[in-house]
Amino acid sequence: MSDTIKNVKLADMPAYELVKAGTGGCAGCPSPMGLRIVGKALGPNSIMVMTPSCAVASIGVMPKSCYDVPVLNVCFASAGASAAGISMSLDAQLKNGALSGEKPTVFTWVGDGGTYDIGFQGISAAAERNDDFIHFCYNNEAYSNTGVQRSGATPKYAVTTTTPAGKESQKKNVPLLMLEQRIAYVATASLAYPLDFYRKVQKAKSIQGFKYIELHAPCGPGWKFASSDTVELARLAVKSGAWLLWEGEHGKLTLNAPTKQLAEGKMPCAELEEYLKLQGRFAHIMKSTEKAAAIEAMKSEIRREMDFMLGREKL
Amino acid sequence: MNNLPINPLSCATEGAGGPTGTWRSHRPVIDPAKCTGCLLCWIWCPEGVIAKEDRSINYDYCKGCGLCAKECPAHAITMIKEADHE
Repeated sequence: MSDTIKNVKLADMPAYELVKAGTGGCAGCPSPMGLRIVGKALGPNSIMVMTPSCAVASIGVMPKSCYDVPVLNVCFASAGASAAGISMSLDAQLKNGALSGEKPTVFTWVGDGGTYDIGFQGISAAAERNDDFIHFCYNNEAYSNTGVQRSGATPKYAVTTTTPAGKESQKKNVPLLMLEQRIAYVATASLAYPLDFYRKVQKAKSIQGFKYIELHAPCGPGWKFASSDTVELARLAVKSGAWLLWEGEHGKLTLNAPTKQLAEGKMPCAELEEYLKLQGRFAHIMKSTEKAAAIEAMKSEIRREMDFMLGREKL
Repeated sequence: MNNLPINPLSCATEGAGGPTGTWRSHRPVIDPAKCTGCLLCWIWCPEGVIAKEDRSINYDYCKGCGLCAKECPAHAITMIKEADHE
């Protein structure tokens, strides 16, 4: 807890709620939890674009919506193109006088499926064009909405309905690809560090051009853990090194606390096993005779990632 | 067709997903004497049912996930079985 609540100024965060209580999301869902913080950082003058996901399924039934800003539900592959079009249209209307005042913040709220796999080309293209919007990927490491199928973000060894014996390949690293596209701003965030996330969203809002923020979003039904453990899982992911916190501007990388201290060896990593044992999707590993080898392989992958990012930070 | 509203847009409303408080098996109860007002429960509540000002809980929509009780650094929140609650 200590490093989470250190210097807390939660009181400064606005009372504004982007998400109205009584959503269709599961108990303990990370999506409305993350969106509430996004809303506090961006404010009501925003336009949200969503692709098929739990965040769409949570909206509720017409004529009610749980989201306080205009929401467009677009097809799975088109988050990048749709948000870019809306942003350009607003620019045009502001230019010709059809609109006046501050430009609404256009942002997407898309899962890892709509970012890593199905939506990837549209997002990569928007990044390359430097279109003016924020892309949020809430990464729950699977297609949880459709029944927990594997995605490009599912970590190795994790059980999903399409990897019943555990995934065999490593996950992609899309935030790193975004860093290497040298976009205006890219950041990774965690629900266990709400002030860090809030700061990153505020920073993204202040920058013109393409911004990418990826929020690690532990999913209870997908990963098979108790609804009360969402934040605990997010915290253990960061403290064990399974999720790294960093940000980058135009290709210049900065590691954030506590990832920096963990990577530099100034603070010991939490035991990876503490993180894995809370999740049913790794239960087959924990019961297996190959448990020690699998955990060692995961740890060496984390070490490789940390060493890579420490080196990348020097560029 | 003529009976359709002119502007068929959904409006932001509480309870868009139904009376989600009925999902709850256990309810969080805050002990005001122990509460330090750190606001962590407020920021982490997935539904935003804990008020920022006085930490009062909207039980109409609280789903009873138990996250607030688990994360409260002062252990001021207890999950009480609904049947045992008067």
